[in-house]
Amino acid sequence: MSAPSELLNVQIDGIWHQFQKGTRVIEACAQAGKFVPHYCYHPKLSSPGNCRMCLIEIGMPKLGPDRKPETGTDGKPLINWIPRPQISCAQDISEGMGIRTESPMVKECRNGVMEFLLINHPLDCPICDQAGECQLQEYSVEFGTAGSRFLEEKVKKPKRVEIGPRVTLDDERCILCSRCIRFMKEVAHDDVLGFVSRGSHTYLTAHPDRLLDSNYSLNTVDICPVGALTSSDFRFKMRVWFLKETKSICTSCATGCNTIIGTRQNQVFRQTPRENDAVNSAWMCDYGRLNYHYVNSTDRLQTPQIREGQELVNTTWNSALVKAGEELKQFSKDGIAVVASAKMTNEELWLTKNLTELVGTSHCDIIPRSGAADDILMSADRNPNTLGAQLIGLTGEKPGLRLKDIAEGVRSGTIKAVLALGEDLTQIGLQADELKKLASLIVLDILPTETTRSATVLLPSSAFCEKRGSMINIKGRLQRLHRATQPPGAARDDWEIVRDLIQKLTGSNGIYLIEDVFKQMTDSIPDMNGLSLSRIGDKGVQLVEETEEAPAAI
Amino acid sequence: MASTTRTAHPREKRVIFKNIDRPGWTNDIGCYLQDGGYEDLKKAIAMNPQDIVTEVKTSALRGRGGAGFLCGVKWGFIKPGGSKPVYLICNADESEPGTFKDRYIIHQDPHQLLEGMIISCFAVNARLAYIYIRGEFPEGAKILERALAEAREHGFLGKNILGSGFDLEIYVFRGAGAYICGEETGLIESMEGKRPYPRIKPPYFPAVLGLYLCPTIVNNVETLCNVKYIVRMGGAEYAKVGTRVLCVSGDVQRPCYCEFEVGGITMGELIYDICGGLKPGRTLKAVIPGGSSAKVMSAKDRYKIKTKQPDGTIRENEMGLEDVPIDFETLAAAGSMAGSGGVIVMDDTRDMVWALNNINEFYAHESCGQCTPCREGSLWMKKITARMLHGGGVPEDSDTLKRVADNIAGRTICAFGEACAWPTQSFLDKFPEEFVATAKRMGNGNGSTNH
Ligand SMILES: Cc1cc2nc3c(=O)[nH]c(=O)nc-3n(C[C@H](O)[C@H](O)[C@H](O)COP(=O)(O)O)c2cc1C
Ligand code: SF4
Ligand code: SF4
Ligand code: SF4
Ligand code: FES
Repeated sequence: MSAPSELLNVQIDGIWHQFQKGTRVIEACAQAGKFVPHYCYHPKLSSPGNCRMCLIEIGMPKLGPDRKPETGTDGKPLINWIPRPQISCAQDISEGMGIRTESPMVKECRNGVMEFLLINHPLDCPICDQAGECQLQEYSVEFGTAGSRFLEEKVKKPKRVEIGPRVTLDDERCILCSRCIRFMKEVAHDDVLGFVSRGSHTYLTAHPDRLLDSNYSLNTVDICPVGALTSSDFRFKMRVWFLKETKSICTSCATGCNTIIGTRQNQVFRQTPRENDAVNSAWMCDYGRLNYHYVNSTDRLQTPQIREGQELVNTTWNSALVKAGEELKQFSKDGIAVVASAKMTNEELWLTKNLTELVGTSHCDIIPRSGAADDILMSADRNPNTLGAQLIGLTGEKPGLRLKDIAEGVRSGTIKAVLALGEDLTQIGLQADELKKLASLIVLDILPTETTRSATVLLPSSAFCEKRGSMINIKGRLQRLHRATQPPGAARDDWEIVRDLIQKLTGSNGIYLIEDVFKQMTDSIPDMNGLSLSRIGDKGVQLVEETEEAPAAI
Repeated sequence: MASTTRTAHPREKRVIFKNIDRPGWTNDIGCYLQDGGYEDLKKAIAMNPQDIVTEVKTSALRGRGGAGFLCGVKWGFIKPGGSKPVYLICNADESEPGTFKDRYIIHQDPHQLLEGMIISCFAVNARLAYIYIRGEFPEGAKILERALAEAREHGFLGKNILGSGFDLEIYVFRGAGAYICGEETGLIESMEGKRPYPRIKPPYFPAVLGLYLCPTIVNNVETLCNVKYIVRMGGAEYAKVGTRVLCVSGDVQRPCYCEFEVGGITMGELIYDICGGLKPGRTLKAVIPGGSSAKVMSAKDRYKIKTKQPDGTIRENEMGLEDVPIDFETLAAAGSMAGSGGVIVMDDTRDMVWALNNINEFYAHESCGQCTPCREGSLWMKKITARMLHGGGVPEDSDTLKRVADNIAGRTICAFGEACAWPTQSFLDKFPEEFVATAKRMGNGNGSTNH
């Protein structure tokens, strides 16, 4: 369908390369292994060319009297070098172009820009959150000089500005690259940031009477090359070089933005977006990003419990699972209901589906969750894996349709046992006293709810960052979650709990590793045939065609 | 407007400034028409627009806004028959220190400008044009509004101008009060309602991606006035007798504006014959020949200038500053530029560190702050010269100043980078001993600052 792409010949530091037509000069250099330092350039935003860090030398093919390029003894075109340095971030390559990224002039330019950027910079690295991932620090080491010739007083600007509910601004650290302004205008569609005043006194601010309060505000913190914009949530909590980084996905809506979870000593400190053009470009929303604090909550359920009269008492995993198995065996198939969650992974859902088939009930569903969608990333479906639940068959085409029957069955007493996985049943209209009447209420969850308090068997499970597994986003992309932290106390990974529950009903089922679950699942679901967890990779695979026409060939 | 009038010096050749201070002259259309006004428009509108462009090319008319770019070449970038509308903008933001000519045209002879503009719009097929007038010229804006209304009433503007089928509207746009609004792409951004941040070129050459990303011609007031005379006398004739307005300020007895054939007067004649010479007992020290950003020329230097002889041979003449003729090529060959025509004269009482600091203050104040080298460098240079003046000089200051300026020039988004670096580079180049002496005389040598 796409036209055959044209390749252009470009000389970089004396060596000829070929690049696709339309490649930015700075990107061509990167592809050739010649990193060009830059501040204002961001591949997802427009190019203002304001920082001047990316200055290089450019030349055009030398034309002879016949207007044809002249060639040298090596048969390659001769190059006419433009005497002034040129920026590499705003121009595409052209045929026969020459580029120098290491010449004395280029080095001098970088050195000059670094010195200019530093003279009015507060140099408060020891107390700056950006330290460790600051491009000003990094480039200073590589392209700057150690001493300063600056004897003057630095320009004073506003500090500790609460520019929005989640972002703190230090204008003295700002290098005026305008990335944040362009992000808010071009991506978040909320043109709320801008520069005021002039010259070296220019500073960043929000529009009068406005705050940087967009649901995408924290992306400005990510792309700010220095410590001018910091996350009020993360500020002063942890040095970034101590953070362990785990690739995962956000589970706060069906978009499934790709993330990096930053943790230390089994605690989550932040989530940042991970680039994936098929999903979230380089962004994520603030809601999803900050929706992790509950994971670190001291209320987390940590020990399996069983009911003894009015009390839930601690017990071992084995005795809790034995009791759960025994309870389930007491009831005939339609006396049992399974309420699962579309926040569960495919692996968990698939095992749960097996369990429902084993006990023979048709009373199973997930609880839908929705909110307002925006035209940026956020999906109206606030469950991250609805598509997975549908594909696996735990819910129908319209998720939640069977919940009413389940609630009525509980009330009328036809349903005597409920297995609730990660959901609070008050959401389907059941009150605590109604839940207490159940002969069996087996609950997997991470935090106390009305449902956990009414359980007969309570099985503490894992949060999204403690899990391995996969989910399918709203666009039919299969993506992986990775374990960033261990669940607290004796809590376990959900898939293991469900597997063990099945084993209590049937004996061993040959599943030891999550890979085994995945293998059985992919074998049994045609759309997933032939996949393995490792084949999903960091960026996921398209499982079902976005258009919902024909399933994609994988 | 001050009512004091000055008569032109007999050596002047007043064309553009013919009506400035002319006894009995008023700036209404009646007066202009009685004097043969809009006749050149009538001639032009009967011509083929491309022929006007050709005449302007032949005339070798150079832009009077500062860069001296060939007007015909600029117009030639507009390709006839494009799908986007073409805009023309008259740059009346006149803010370069030492330059005060456009305001007189606007105040006293607005119809001359309008006639030149209408012809220019016809030539490049612009149907909508703007006069971007400096925010601090409220009176000028009113005068232009009235002149535009008069021109509309007389059918020189609006639909079907003079029965030609050509439609044109011109509007006055009042500037935003910053020097950088005069830079043509900053001007365009400002017209689009944004901060006047100059655009990167490539890709935003106004003739390709100008106002609202449509092809746009930006010309200075004086440049556009000249087009009228090119139409009248033809490009070839204009190339021989074209004039230029100069504004002389500084240490002369009679600061003034005046007009001569391009290259028709030397620096010495200008200072001594036209402006009444220096103040008593003073000697000439230096001249900034083309607005504050032009490189300073020292009276001590000898200038080697190549001139074309009538027989076509090239001869190199060595001359002093006072003998340098004021034209584009000569001043460029002498290491400076004709720029905006603002000639700033300095006599031997001037302290060059003080003079440079004065210029540095202006540029530090006016840098738009968009790009790193100019934003940080312009203020740094000012802080150094200010410190030197206030007694905090250190021996390294000359060297630091020069390196800061070298790190700005050629590395910025717009020509403001050169405008702010050239003064420092040239002052240090021409008067190095004064900077060394100031650092020594006043310096406490320990590098501490006193603010
Ligand atoms: C910092 C800066 C300020 C400028 N200010 C003016 C100005 O006030 N008036 C003007 O005509 N040109 C000014 N220019 C030049 C314009 O950018 C542009 O070159 C000019 O208007 C083109 O007209 P011309 O070709 O007729 O000279 C300025 C340029 C720079 C870099
Ligand atoms: S706050 Fe950061 S991203 Fe925004 S302009 Fe300043 S340095 Fe750039
Ligand atoms: S858009 Fe959805 S998936 Fe992306 S960060 Fe927000 S809540 Fe998470
Ligand atoms: S050179 Fe100066 S005035 Fe021009 S864009 Fe850069 S900062 Fe602004
Ligand atoms: S990265 Fe090119 S100018 Fe900033």
